[in-house]
Amino acid sequence: MQPDVLIEARGLTKRFGNLTAVDAIDFEVVRGECFGVLGPNGAGKTSTIRMICCVSPVTDGRLRVLGLDPAREARRIKARLGVVPQDDNLDTDLTVLENLRAYARYFDIPKAEAIERAWDVLRLMSLTEKADEKIENLSGGMKRRLTVARALVSRPELLVLDEPTTGIDPQARQLFWQKLRQLKREGMTMLLTTHYMEEAAVLCDRVIIMDGSRIIARGTPAELVRSVIGQHVIEVHFEDGVREAAVEQVRRLADGLRIDETDDVVYVYEAPGAPGRILDLDLDAFERLGAAVVQRRATLEDVFLRLTGRELVE
Amino acid sequence: MTAIDVSYRTFKVWQRNRDVFMHMWKAETTWPVFEPLVVLLGLGLGLGRFVELESGQDYIEFITPGVVAAFPMWTSIAEGGWASYNRMSYQKTYDAMIATPVSLDDVITGEVIWAASRGVLSSFYILIVALALTPFWGLVQSPLVVFTLPAAFLAGLMFGSMALLATSFVTSVSQLAYFVSLVIIPMFWVGGVFFPPEELSGTVQTLSWFLPLRHVVNLQRGFVTGDLHPSMVVDGLWIALVTAALYRAVLWSMRRRLIK
Repeated sequence: MQPDVLIEARGLTKRFGNLTAVDAIDFEVVRGECFGVLGPNGAGKTSTIRMICCVSPVTDGRLRVLGLDPAREARRIKARLGVVPQDDNLDTDLTVLENLRAYARYFDIPKAEAIERAWDVLRLMSLTEKADEKIENLSGGMKRRLTVARALVSRPELLVLDEPTTGIDPQARQLFWQKLRQLKREGMTMLLTTHYMEEAAVLCDRVIIMDGSRIIARGTPAELVRSVIGQHVIEVHFEDGVREAAVEQVRRLADGLRIDETDDVVYVYEAPGAPGRILDLDLDAFERLGAAVVQRRATLEDVFLRLTGRELVE
Repeated sequence: MTAIDVSYRTFKVWQRNRDVFMHMWKAETTWPVFEPLVVLLGLGLGLGRFVELESGQDYIEFITPGVVAAFPMWTSIAEGGWASYNRMSYQKTYDAMIATPVSLDDVITGEVIWAASRGVLSSFYILIVALALTPFWGLVQSPLVVFTLPAAFLAGLMFGSMALLATSFVTSVSQLAYFVSLVIIPMFWVGGVFFPPEELSGTVQTLSWFLPLRHVVNLQRGFVTGDLHPSMVVDGLWIALVTAALYRAVLWSMRRRLIK
């Protein structure tokens, strides 16, 4: 394994009894990149992350984290990882600074140095004013930033973030992303799971999309958008009652293009091999059907929905 | 069953709990000080007026070692039960800790030692209360009474492990009531705190011998009265044996629950 491969998974498998949560997946994460693991709920993202973080034993296949085997060298791996879990698990009975100090202690960081590092990470995450605050007085976004600060106190080589922005408001999310981009510029390697496609698009250099315990697509966000969807998407929104007739019309007008139907929207994607054709569509004709038409650039969300389906996974 | 994976880092788990405790020690002090005080005075003097022991001992004197044994038990049970369940399930403190070089066995061991430490602190408060009452009722009869503290630590390891074992099985905090009402409360009332266990009828007396609290009471009775007895060695061994078995069981059970 090259020194710059921080995570290497070959045929990585996780089974819980008869349920296969992760089914023989292969991927690697190299130093300095932000690597995204995308997928709907139950796709196997968190199971994968838990194996990498050495808190869930590998059932089968090969996994190396920082060149080490999680089954035998969990403590040495965990000493070099920074983990930002899905659920906040800050110590609500302690202040912000005490949280960081207690956490630094788990890594054998001496008291004086722990305090120094705590202030460093608080500055980095714009939380210095909250140092003596109790956790319950922090907003959701601040708690998330503090959880990242806590993960950074041990100066990890790899930061693992499991759905880090679930449940926080858009402003807080923007600030959170800005902080992660800053870390990335400073050379931090990151492994991120998310089901916000925008998050993956703004942060990740490479992503894998998981569905049904397997990897169903991989590449840079731009490559995936280009190869799976193309550049443009047209959404045709219908009023109730005209669906049947309207869908028929769209099929005729967009003949040869790829179409996805839902109850009230038809999505028109570029034809494979003929990217320009979608631009020739007569959008007025759709509007004459009584539909609202939106033409926009394709996003990673289109890729995700096209590959994993539009049905709700619960 | 894999080998036990405990390191010096278990102490860091203990330190974390201490840090939290330092925020609330005042409120946490009232319970172990006032409950034993009320029980000693209320039962010892109030009920004691109607009690005549074969040994001729005053009732308040008789129940003092039991109080020294039983109330720290409650503290350790509360810590290993409700408080640990809260950390494990709601605050997800265990998850946070095992993401670091701390192992799950370190976490559980630190929790057990912490529960024992809280028991020692409670027994220390009770000792102060008992010493304060001694000029009036002669409750403490020997300087050997200081050994009630290490005995409380050993007992705390046992009761802490026992409560954590219950915690490892329940799926809601209210389910701990099964453990407390079916195991701890019967042990509390028939474990030799309030009346000599020799008074129990045949089979019940034989069964009650196995109750860990009974042996803790015997040990503490020896240290409070200064009347050491060879049977205390058996008490100590039984407590050590039960502690070892419960500790091993709780490590196994917590791994079963948390490492998936």
